[in-house]
Amino acid sequence: MDRPLTREEIAWRAGQDIPEGAVVNLGFGVPLLIAERLPEGREILLHSENGLLGMGPAPKPGAEDPDIMNAGAEMCTVVTGASFFAHVDSFAMIRGGHIDISMLGAYEVAENGDLANWSTGLDDTERAPAIGGAMDLARGAKRVHVLAMHNAKDGSPRIVQSCQYPLTAPACVNRVYTDIAVVDIAPEGAVLRELLDGMSFDDVQARTGAILTLAPDCAPLRRPD
Amino acid sequence: MIDKVVRGMAEALDGVGDGASVLIGGMGPGIPSSLIDGVLEAGIGELTVISNGTGSIAKLLDAGRVRKLICSFPRSVTGESFERQWRAGKIDLEISPQGTLSERVRAGGAGIGGFFTRTGAGTPMADGKETRVIDGETYVFETPIRADFALIRADRADRWGNLTYRKAGRNWNPSMAMAGDITVAEVRAVVPLGDIDPDAVVTPSLFVQRVIEVGDATWTAR
Repeated sequence: MDRPLTREEIAWRAGQDIPEGAVVNLGFGVPLLIAERLPEGREILLHSENGLLGMGPAPKPGAEDPDIMNAGAEMCTVVTGASFFAHVDSFAMIRGGHIDISMLGAYEVAENGDLANWSTGLDDTERAPAIGGAMDLARGAKRVHVLAMHNAKDGSPRIVQSCQYPLTAPACVNRVYTDIAVVDIAPEGAVLRELLDGMSFDDVQARTGAILTLAPDCAPLRRPD
Repeated sequence: MIDKVVRGMAEALDGVGDGASVLIGGMGPGIPSSLIDGVLEAGIGELTVISNGTGSIAKLLDAGRVRKLICSFPRSVTGESFERQWRAGKIDLEISPQGTLSERVRAGGAGIGGFFTRTGAGTPMADGKETRVIDGETYVFETPIRADFALIRADRADRWGNLTYRKAGRNWNPSMAMAGDITVAEVRAVVPLGDIDPDAVVTPSLFVQRVIEVGDATWTAR
């Protein structure tokens, strides 16, 4: 069996599906790794919710500008053709359906597309709740793609029949990229589109909470050379 | 003659007292660090702060000056003093989804009595709130936010209070400028009236009551 994808390879795989001209928002964690490995030869606009369209890669040492940061307050650059705008306009873009793909992390994705990615329980008295832009992105983007390890550290599945954690948004996820599979959330449920070479359908089903169906054209999971 | 440029921090923060509600701009860049330091040094506390998160206001949180925080993302590398005070019940926390918070501030500044948004529908954020089905989708009613003061940072100002911003330093500042009863702008440079091209003005002068020139940004977490 092939080695499962690394976080960077999951980001590469998700990046391959971004079409020419798309406006894409990258969430914290694995999604943000896409910025450094976008498919070559395509013009893709990265949106950052603090108020930037046309985010570029991290600056070279010595070329940092403290007034150019992404939504995670990390130094970044801008590409030719970029624009700056107010935060309130940035979220008008998000809620108004002007973002083509929102790439997000997840604790859980349900087979009906429910997403839980902001809280592991409101009875948590140790950590204050924090939402950020995830609810707006999950609800407002045209498509929502989730990037995550197929299973949590304790082995529990992330693609489930129904979410146990508080929802970020109901019925919003279209596709999930993991270290072993690509799964579409379709009207008929969770559909296996790509699978790590050497794994069987039963292997991946055993590691998934939702009932999977096998796409007729299910292919080996693509990975960078 | 209209001249909103103040002669020092005391004048900039005149009237900001214990228990005031304060909008504080910035998200990464654009943080009004000099005004925050001014509040700190003036010993003002029991504040209700509306901000994106906890990183920008870490100094105020460390010093125990915040009684209530309305924000979206109260987590940052400097957030431990917030978490400690929140666990001890010393700070009230109200969280909003980030775009909802931003629009609540805009609504406050624009005289809108609230709005319906799809964000948060079907989640705990809708608990206890009015909902309405519009064109077959569920929307949640959210209320406006105004404050006694808005503390913001801009790049350039003239004596009327017209403002420009630099790059991603714009973020929350233009909408918060609209929603403060008194809006105080710290700026890198005050320029003569007429030097800012009217086409380039981002925050028109009527939203700004006071301007203080502080030079380049000096923000540090602590």
